[in-house]
Amino acid sequence: MNTPDDARLLRDLLLIRIVEEEIAKRYPEQEMRCPTHLCIGQEATAVGVCRALQETDVVFSGHRSHGHYLAKGGDLTRMIAEIYGRVSGCSRGKGGSMHLIDPSVGFLGAVPIVSSTIPMAVGAAFGFALRGESRVAAVFFGDAAVEEGVFHESLAFAMLERLAVIFVCENNLYSVQTPLSARQPSSRSLCDLARGHGMTAEHADGNDVFAVRSVARAAVERARQGGGPTFLELPTYRWLEHVGPDEDGALGYRSAEEINAWKERCPVAHAQKVLLEREVVDAAGIGALRQNIEDQVQQAFAAAKSAPVPDAAELLTHVFTGGRTPIDRESL
Amino acid sequence: MTRELSFAQALCEATDLCLSRDPSVYVMGLGVPDVKGLFGSTAGLVKKHGPRRVRDMPTAENGMTGVALGSALVGMRPILTHQRVDFALLAMEQIVNQAAKWHYMFGGNARAPMVMRLIVGRGWGQGPQHAQSLQAWFAHVPGLRVAMPTTAYDAKGMLISAVEDDGPVVLIEHRWLYNLRSEVPEEIYRVPLDRARVARVGGDVTVAATSYMTVEALRAAQQLSRRGIEIEVVDLRSINPLDIDALLASVTKTGRLVVADTGTTSFGVGAEVVARVSEEAFSELNAPPRRVASPDAPSPSAPSLSIEYFPRALEIECAVHACLGLPPPLAEPCAHPLDIPDPDFVGPF
Repeated sequence: MNTPDDARLLRDLLLIRIVEEEIAKRYPEQEMRCPTHLCIGQEATAVGVCRALQETDVVFSGHRSHGHYLAKGGDLTRMIAEIYGRVSGCSRGKGGSMHLIDPSVGFLGAVPIVSSTIPMAVGAAFGFALRGESRVAAVFFGDAAVEEGVFHESLAFAMLERLAVIFVCENNLYSVQTPLSARQPSSRSLCDLARGHGMTAEHADGNDVFAVRSVARAAVERARQGGGPTFLELPTYRWLEHVGPDEDGALGYRSAEEINAWKERCPVAHAQKVLLEREVVDAAGIGALRQNIEDQVQQAFAAAKSAPVPDAAELLTHVFTGGRTPIDRESL
Repeated sequence: MTRELSFAQALCEATDLCLSRDPSVYVMGLGVPDVKGLFGSTAGLVKKHGPRRVRDMPTAENGMTGVALGSALVGMRPILTHQRVDFALLAMEQIVNQAAKWHYMFGGNARAPMVMRLIVGRGWGQGPQHAQSLQAWFAHVPGLRVAMPTTAYDAKGMLISAVEDDGPVVLIEHRWLYNLRSEVPEEIYRVPLDRARVARVGGDVTVAATSYMTVEALRAAQQLSRRGIEIEVVDLRSINPLDIDALLASVTKTGRLVVADTGTTSFGVGAEVVARVSEEAFSELNAPPRRVASPDAPSPSAPSLSIEYFPRALEIECAVHACLGLPPPLAEPCAHPLDIPDPDFVGPF
């Protein structure tokens, strides 16, 4: 057990939880004018996997990406500014909540087309392999992503080339409001799909950050040693509605019993309890940590909200790169 | 030094130079390293550069486009090939939603330098799913550069420019151009991805043409010249962005416009060129502009139907005559079957 690492786990879990709660609280002000998918309840998957990676490793994600972005070390103020449509946002206000990026920490992009960044992560690992680098790529996606053809195309090529890529499936049981049982046969697991490609597949409790980090570390180690890709199935649960700041028990597509049972298995509370028991932290330390994060989050919101919006000229900027990289660099 | 090369040889030489000069470049596509070498356009490259950089790939167009894109995001410069334009349709999600928008939707904080080479497979009964010419589709997507070289010289220069461009470029290559030869310098040179080329100077009618239709336009020009009509042939080369300045310069001189495109008519390149010229130089036009393109139907297989489907020089001559208020010219019999590019050709493709 590594004490500084464990303290960082808790800090990241709390940061994601507090940021998402603050977004939920302020969302009804109607100033964050973009679809926003909150990950409250799913923090441990993001943190456990990202803490198994190095800063030079890269991560891709999907529509519910705030946790992944923050866990990889993405800039908080630029994320909030992006959601507020400010030019200081990580995508200059052109992407919104669903298009986060921070290349400086290896968070290479999130997009809301289900499964779409999976081949990109494979491609990043392919690029590393072509250049002989020992970096690892990880991609987060949900249980519905395995229903897309490109998921299988990606796994097949990752196996063919034994690429250093980690496929992280956050199984939260629903694709928007459609349950897993309406989409996939109960007779085979998500891991079976990866095993069908000949890939190592591991299942771990997605609400237990220590368990997640443990399987992720093994996968990253195997990938870095040339052992090829790994598929991780991490069951977890989204507490709020698919998109937006509210609870959605009233919609009736999932029972109050189910929601409450998952809330009792809160990933943040679980980590706090374990770390208190192990005396890695004490109650006063957690209180100070929370206060420190809350201050950071308030500052980030204040900075984001006071930043300018993109001006009209920004509309047609970045359609094309306007850049060229000569193949004979030495002669130009 | 300059010598004659075929269009396919020019593409191959450009690729060879890019692979030699830049270690981040690699070529990937079904059949790229095989003996046929993508109709000769990658022939011999695997021997020189090895199977890691001159690669075959699984038949998984969408996934492999994402793989190419992902590698580009970490600094590689892939050239991805498809033996038919039609096969790239499986990859439209990665091309349209992702590669085209990557730079813009992340506020300029990321770049996706990648080349996608798509081949139009007209002729020898290729039929509804092996002969589509979908440049208008791709050109409609903001962020994608779409280029269609006609000559061997442009094929080499535009492929080098495409590899060097820091964004995604779709290069659409007409199969009937592959054996056509022109003077090509041995060294590295660039042909810009946003400039048209005046392929023939003339004062009576502007014929703006894409890709292989430039060849047909030049054939039409010979026939028309015998009748005292001199057309100016503008080879568009770049579909997106469109070189509107070159078009306006020509139309201002001739006052008449015909657009000859390899695709189908409605919502096509012809529609866009006519619209842009009409918006910006309506008063310069002395006659309604005309489009020459395939009818709005899938491309049929039977030779008898494909003869009707693919426009040729004669249709361009007819359109030029109409612009000038002249009756249509008489058709002259063609010496060889019309479903192949030249009399030496034998099937299959």
